[in-house]
Amino acid sequence: MFKLLEGPQTLGRGRMFWACFLVVLAGALAYPLFADSYDVGNFAYFLIWIFMALGLCLMWGYGGMLSFGQTLFFGIAGYGYGVLAINMGGGTATIAALVLSVVLAMMAAGILGYFMIWGGINGIFFGIVTLSATLVLAFFLGQTAGPEWHIGPARLNGFNGMKGMDPLTVGDFYIEGSALYYVMVALIVIVYLALRMLVNSGIGNVIVATRENPQRAEMLGYDVRKYQLLTFVIGSGLAGLSGALYTSWGQFITPSSIGLPAAAMPIVWVAFSGRSDLTATLIGSFLLLFGFQTITVYSQQAALVLMGALLLATVMLAPQGFVLGIGKLVADWLRGRRRGDGDVVAEAGRLQSEES
Amino acid sequence: MSAEVFSVFYQFADVFAFLILSAAGLAIVFGMMGVINMAHGEFIMCGAYVTVGLVNLGVPLPIAQILAAVTAGLIGVLVEFLVVRRFYKRPLDSLLATWGLSLIVTQSMLLIVGSAVRGIGTPEGSFAVGGYTFSTYRLVLFGCAVAVLAGLYVIFMKTRFGVIARATMQNAAMAKALGARTGRIYAISFGIGTGLAGLCGALYAPTMTLIPTMGATFVVESFVTVVIGGANVLLGTAPAAVFLAMIRMALNASYGQIIGQIGMLVAVILIIRVLPEGLSSVLVRRGR
Repeated sequence: MFKLLEGPQTLGRGRMFWACFLVVLAGALAYPLFADSYDVGNFAYFLIWIFMALGLCLMWGYGGMLSFGQTLFFGIAGYGYGVLAINMGGGTATIAALVLSVVLAMMAAGILGYFMIWGGINGIFFGIVTLSATLVLAFFLGQTAGPEWHIGPARLNGFNGMKGMDPLTVGDFYIEGSALYYVMVALIVIVYLALRMLVNSGIGNVIVATRENPQRAEMLGYDVRKYQLLTFVIGSGLAGLSGALYTSWGQFITPSSIGLPAAAMPIVWVAFSGRSDLTATLIGSFLLLFGFQTITVYSQQAALVLMGALLLATVMLAPQGFVLGIGKLVADWLRGRRRGDGDVVAEAGRLQSEES
Repeated sequence: MSAEVFSVFYQFADVFAFLILSAAGLAIVFGMMGVINMAHGEFIMCGAYVTVGLVNLGVPLPIAQILAAVTAGLIGVLVEFLVVRRFYKRPLDSLLATWGLSLIVTQSMLLIVGSAVRGIGTPEGSFAVGGYTFSTYRLVLFGCAVAVLAGLYVIFMKTRFGVIARATMQNAAMAKALGARTGRIYAISFGIGTGLAGLCGALYAPTMTLIPTMGATFVVESFVTVVIGGANVLLGTAPAAVFLAMIRMALNASYGQIIGQIGMLVAVILIIRVLPEGLSSVLVRRGR
């Protein structure tokens, strides 16, 4: 099973790569020992969004489905967590609220995905239908300011957002600050490794085959719609995980984290990073979130202009993504220096024979 | 009784005009080039701002509106030349590029202009049928929507440009081989599309608050109309708008705007299950 951690669908293999992985992980684990709690909280905030980015990377980079609806499922699970946590009364029940809210987002993705995928709509329409649904949810939540909009004791509160839910709790222990940070790091490691295994497994190969050529994959006997739906549900579920964690982190959520321009952000991260690889997405999204947060302190609009410019620059200059491109350059350079150019071709040949 | 009938027609006309005016530009660009212009809302915003700016300078409203549409059209041609042109072979990337553009424009406007711009009131004038009063301007908007459809019919069916444009739409390589300058056709079509977006903004500018993010108010309606309509403006967008307007009108009347919008979205999601290519695929097939 662990063999699947490496494979043709993911970059990064061998001792060198995993050594780097462990060093980064050790650094991440040691970080709260050196930083003050405010910085740790901020760091946890960046990590929240990584799940959403990885989910989009799976759908778009591996599955070829460009979903503009990441914030839709983010919002469903985010509000879902709030409503459930308030209604179930906090405490350890918040863990159940987290799980249920992600399940809720996945069910919504299943329903929306069924109609789109079984209807057979193509790439562009997939994007704009998911975006339309996202914007409608944002508009809807935006006008729920009145007291009549409540689910149990949970008021939706329109543009001001929902608040008053407990953060994730075990017994009497609130998972906040560095505890939340460690939970996030653990979840990211689990999700990252699980996704690596998924895309390198048989299922992952069918997902990639569908991206390359749906008709061909279908002719080979796979019901590509089921694989697409699975990809969409997992990818959207990860957006839901981000949403539920976000609500738990800040104990509030507003419609502005669903509508525009929030809906464009996952696209920018993943496009800039390089959608066709999980590791590139992980690194690139983190860097962008860090940069975005740094600039937002001075001017949110300027940060968003920069995001738009990055998106435009990415598709015009490096459609495969900047982080991925730079990573490949570095890898080629290292390999070329160690063994000379001829070996690179030999390496590629070896990869082929391994697969067969 | 006739007053009630007219009232229903009036509500239908209101929604229909909104759908047609906001979607026509997007549909033309999609129909011709297979590109969805994600900055569509920003061209609408551009039209609205230019209109209000000119009116505040003392230009009469109708002239300001025409100038605003022309401005949006010219900016569209420029955008096509600088950005969109590179992506005809990669439609998904054109989506991303125009979305990036949309982010840049909206947020820059927020930075430069700020959120408050002095608006212009809706042109006065109302008339009464039976016991109800209606705003004349809303009917003017309906007239404009019908005029846009008629204008597009004339341009695409009755002119030399239209013939070449339709040829390019069907088979760009063949049209090019026969001497059509497809690049120029694309640029002009994109300009017409963004010009219509500008017209939409110009026409609705007097009725709404001007904020840089106002484009978002229109994009859902324009997206769903194009999704249902498909690639053909006259045979797709127009019937799609009639259909969606009826659903929306019924729901608006009983449950309010937001339920109307949700109902429209649900209808669209149900319809793509059976008609992924949109209404125009059915209608065009019937017509042959």
